[in-house]
Amino acid sequence: MAAKAFRWHIPVFLAPAVLVYTAIMIIPLFGTLNLSLYNLEGQNRIFVGLANFRTLFGDPRWSASFWNALGNNAWFFMVHMLVQNPIGVLLAAILSSPRLRFAAAYRTAIFVPAILSFVIVGFVWKLILSPIWGIAPGMLDWVGLKSLYLPWLGKEQYALTTLALVSVWQFVGIPMMLIYAALLNIPEEVLEAAEMDGVTGASQFWKIKLPLILPSIGIISILTFVGNFNAFDLIYVAQGALAGPDFATDILGTFLYRTFFGFQLQLGDAHMGATIATAMFGIILLGVCIYLFAIQTRLRRYQF
Amino acid sequence: MTANTLRIAFLTSTLLAGMAHAEDVTLNIESWRNDDLTIWQDQLIPAFEASHPGIKINFAPSAPAEYNAVLNSKLDAGSAGDLITCRPFDASLDLYNKGQITDLTSLAAMANFSPVAKSAWQTDDGKATFCMPMASVIHGFIYNKDAFDALGIAVPTTEDEFFAALDKIKADGTYIPMAMGTNDQWEAATMGYQNIGPNYWKGEEGRLALIKGDQKLTDPDWVAPYATLARWKDYLGDGFEAQTYPDSQNLFTLGRAAIYPAGSWEIAGFNTQATFKMGAFPPPVQKAGDECYISDHTDIGMGINAKSAHPEEAKAFLEWVGSPEFATLYANALPGFFSLNSTPVAMKDPLAQEFVSWRDKCKSTIRSTYQILSRGTPNLENETWNASAAAIKGTETPEAIGARLQSGLESWYKPTK
Repeated sequence: MAAKAFRWHIPVFLAPAVLVYTAIMIIPLFGTLNLSLYNLEGQNRIFVGLANFRTLFGDPRWSASFWNALGNNAWFFMVHMLVQNPIGVLLAAILSSPRLRFAAAYRTAIFVPAILSFVIVGFVWKLILSPIWGIAPGMLDWVGLKSLYLPWLGKEQYALTTLALVSVWQFVGIPMMLIYAALLNIPEEVLEAAEMDGVTGASQFWKIKLPLILPSIGIISILTFVGNFNAFDLIYVAQGALAGPDFATDILGTFLYRTFFGFQLQLGDAHMGATIATAMFGIILLGVCIYLFAIQTRLRRYQF
Repeated sequence: MTANTLRIAFLTSTLLAGMAHAEDVTLNIESWRNDDLTIWQDQLIPAFEASHPGIKINFAPSAPAEYNAVLNSKLDAGSAGDLITCRPFDASLDLYNKGQITDLTSLAAMANFSPVAKSAWQTDDGKATFCMPMASVIHGFIYNKDAFDALGIAVPTTEDEFFAALDKIKADGTYIPMAMGTNDQWEAATMGYQNIGPNYWKGEEGRLALIKGDQKLTDPDWVAPYATLARWKDYLGDGFEAQTYPDSQNLFTLGRAAIYPAGSWEIAGFNTQATFKMGAFPPPVQKAGDECYISDHTDIGMGINAKSAHPEEAKAFLEWVGSPEFATLYANALPGFFSLNSTPVAMKDPLAQEFVSWRDKCKSTIRSTYQILSRGTPNLENETWNASAAAIKGTETPEAIGARLQSGLESWYKPTK
């Protein structure tokens, strides 16, 4: 009996995806990692090993910028985890309630910002919050709270939180949709059995539904983590590459952009830029690994 | 048969193109000023072609934000135009050092320009000039003349008068005294610090001393402008921390603010937007009778691609760009972009005339951070943006700012004495 014929269709069907992915993802990724090990000496590119990383973490100025950006990024992520995801779960729970009318309309309305461009979101919110033309001061005035108004985007202590909340407003639809789908997936029998046992209402949500949607919440957390640590667009659109005021909204993405492409009189430095990109890659990799090995393996899954 | 016909057709077209080539030389201009395309096509190029038969000019601009990247890749690939519009200082110096643009020191028209005008396109030792200076922008303050008349305010010439005027406008309450925000940061540095600063560090004297290392950013001359900026805070609009550059422009042109710290490039826009009369005054001096200094910043020049096939024609064009004729055409077509030519240029726009008249009574300098000092990391120009915004907001003391900037500069810059 002849050996089984080589199954040519497998590589043939895999080839397009593998080739495209390699060309536009894998090669640039390794190119970046490689670039971070070189630097310019005069006009020549020379191998410097980890010297760029020593500059990034050792030089007081570089490391101050880096830790500031990382700290801001961590806060940006915290706000999303503490505000966006709980609100997403709450909205999904409300939407999945069979007694709610116009559920589809609400679902669409809440999801719409997620499909808007960052440029539009950044611009619209800048206008809303503008001290000169914005409607925020006027609206606060109507309810007699004008004294609470501050030029949030221009104050060091509020700017980052304000932008994080704008981002939450934009993307709250995504966790909502994922959780909503997970909630709809829970079989009727399970819920009916719970009702038979007298578990209804809020306690049904906490005791029955929440454990069943925990894997989805895990996935959402990791998506939020990766998305936030790669974030750039909203800050760039709202505050510019200098991430003002006084770098209060500088996150790793804007720090990378300024370094890599240069800004105003500062010429771009591809090698230090690649070094920051590599550090970002490492941080995200570490976060994802912690999630995969420490959290996901412990999540209990239920088969229906 | 068909193949032959085609071949003949191709050959003929090549020949024809060759003949056209022998008759007329076309020079391509690389530029980021895509706003000026119609001015080049309708006014500047016809004027040149009329006096220089045999040379045709094609103005081919790209988007400002992409210009440096596009130009560099075109130069590397050898497909760049014959004439290169030069950014000031390091971006162009880099091209010269790489041998991509040529030395123009010997051009006769270079004699029409002062050393300050040429400094943006010279090697550090000043021996070689590689771009023909075209235009500069001047800083000062534009004010709402109707507002000043209504409140009976005279144009301030000293700082005391300046702040007295601001107090008066504030007390009246009709107008926001000064239209500026710190959201975009660069206005605070460019229209704030670099605008009023030259009066403190005595223009070129201080700027060159800083480069030589004889002065430091912690010296009183360099710290005092930050202290003055800190006093501006009380006269800016509510929520100025989040006020952007377009916000400030609109506040002023809508007539809601009385004074606008300006660069002359605003003139054309303000002329079309504002419905009230406008005037301008140079940065006020500290005491009456002090010598005044203005920031007359070199912004645009033009050089020749080293690989150009027509260097002689390109030189002829640059000789024309360096002539008073070009200066008059250019300055009138683009009010606010002033000719750097030593020959005085008659301009029709009154506001532009007002700005340029300061050159006669004040000494010119350029922005202190542009030459040499912004080569390294941390970048002094970018740090100055942030520092000026912090000074206005009052989040950092002038002395702390001076110390921070100086230590940043010292970390990479060693003055060559």
